[in-house]
Amino acid sequence: MAEATANGLGQHALHATHAQDGATAAVAPAEVHQEHPIKLYLVVWAWLFILSTCSYLVDYFGIHGYLRWSLILIFMMLKAGLIVAVFMHMAWERLAMMYAIILPPILVLVFVTMMVFEADYTLLTRIAFFGPGP
Amino acid sequence: MAETTMTHTSQMEPRPAGWRGIAADWASDQRAFKNVSWGKAMMWIFLLSDTFIFGCFLLSYMTARISTRVPWPNPSEVFALRIGGSEIPLILIAIMTFVLISSSGTMAMAVNFGYRRDRRKTAILMLLTAALGATFVGMQAFEWTKLITEGVRPWGNPWGAAQFGSCFFMITGFHGTHVTIGVIFLIIVARKVWRGDFDIGRSGFFTSRRGRYENVEIMGLYWHFVDLVWVFIFAFFYLW
Repeated sequence: MAEATANGLGQHALHATHAQDGATAAVAPAEVHQEHPIKLYLVVWAWLFILSTCSYLVDYFGIHGYLRWSLILIFMMLKAGLIVAVFMHMAWERLAMMYAIILPPILVLVFVTMMVFEADYTLLTRIAFFGPGP
Repeated sequence: MAETTMTHTSQMEPRPAGWRGIAADWASDQRAFKNVSWGKAMMWIFLLSDTFIFGCFLLSYMTARISTRVPWPNPSEVFALRIGGSEIPLILIAIMTFVLISSSGTMAMAVNFGYRRDRRKTAILMLLTAALGATFVGMQAFEWTKLITEGVRPWGNPWGAAQFGSCFFMITGFHGTHVTIGVIFLIIVARKVWRGDFDIGRSGFFTSRRGRYENVEIMGLYWHFVDLVWVFIFAFFYLW
């Protein structure tokens, strides 16, 4: 679809010439069906197994501290990305749809930041009034 | 309704790429999601709202865990199982994770065979998905029973911070409910596929509208979402 990248005033002219050709008059079907080779799903499935095993091994070998947390987060994001992009077909959806669904959850991070400060404050207040933990 | 509000891609002006295209899609007097059917768009928006619900649960868990003076129970030990004389950490949770991922795999393939109009394979794969989902719920019931007999309550537990129990029951309980509802709907949609409802355009029992094979994909979106939520629960609640 070359005309998708064209913009501005040129659009109308482009569209008109194509319509005359008749070759690319129909741009796309109204609703796109998601048909992909089975092999793709099997590969993603295998990767999800590997990533889950990796995140389990983080706990099994008792890795601690920042390495543990960063590994957990990396494996989590990779798994989530594979599920959303391939299994839920988000990778093939229109950009307007992608942003409408994926941007709002990312904004939850603002809420997370707020609650981290709030929880730290609660902890400090508790230590100030009740002393350090038992 | 459909005639006045739908904008088909075939009648549409070509769009510029990137952000200019998104702005053009969202501009006034048109349908924003051009090539996405209403069923699919609404399922996505429902899943978005569900994301916020689970996001709030995980956030409240984070807040409770940061703000307590009492040490948090170590999930690695709490969820360990004694198999063959040795304690294996978190093994039940790991198996549950693999079961749910497998169910997601079979669901993805069911969607694929649905669009190829292979009724038999679609229905069988959906029933397999439902069976794996039911296995997951069964294992969760086992886990709950084990923890309750060990003395975990929403208001306390033998190992540490009292909030552990309430967070655990709230988060896994809500997720388990989602899986259970998913299993029920999988069976309903699998029956429709098996009967050929989507081939002959039979009216649905609830909405009286004709279903299409896209219903299988919409069902799949919900099921993959349940798996997706488990990825986050596994990382934040069990591994952290």
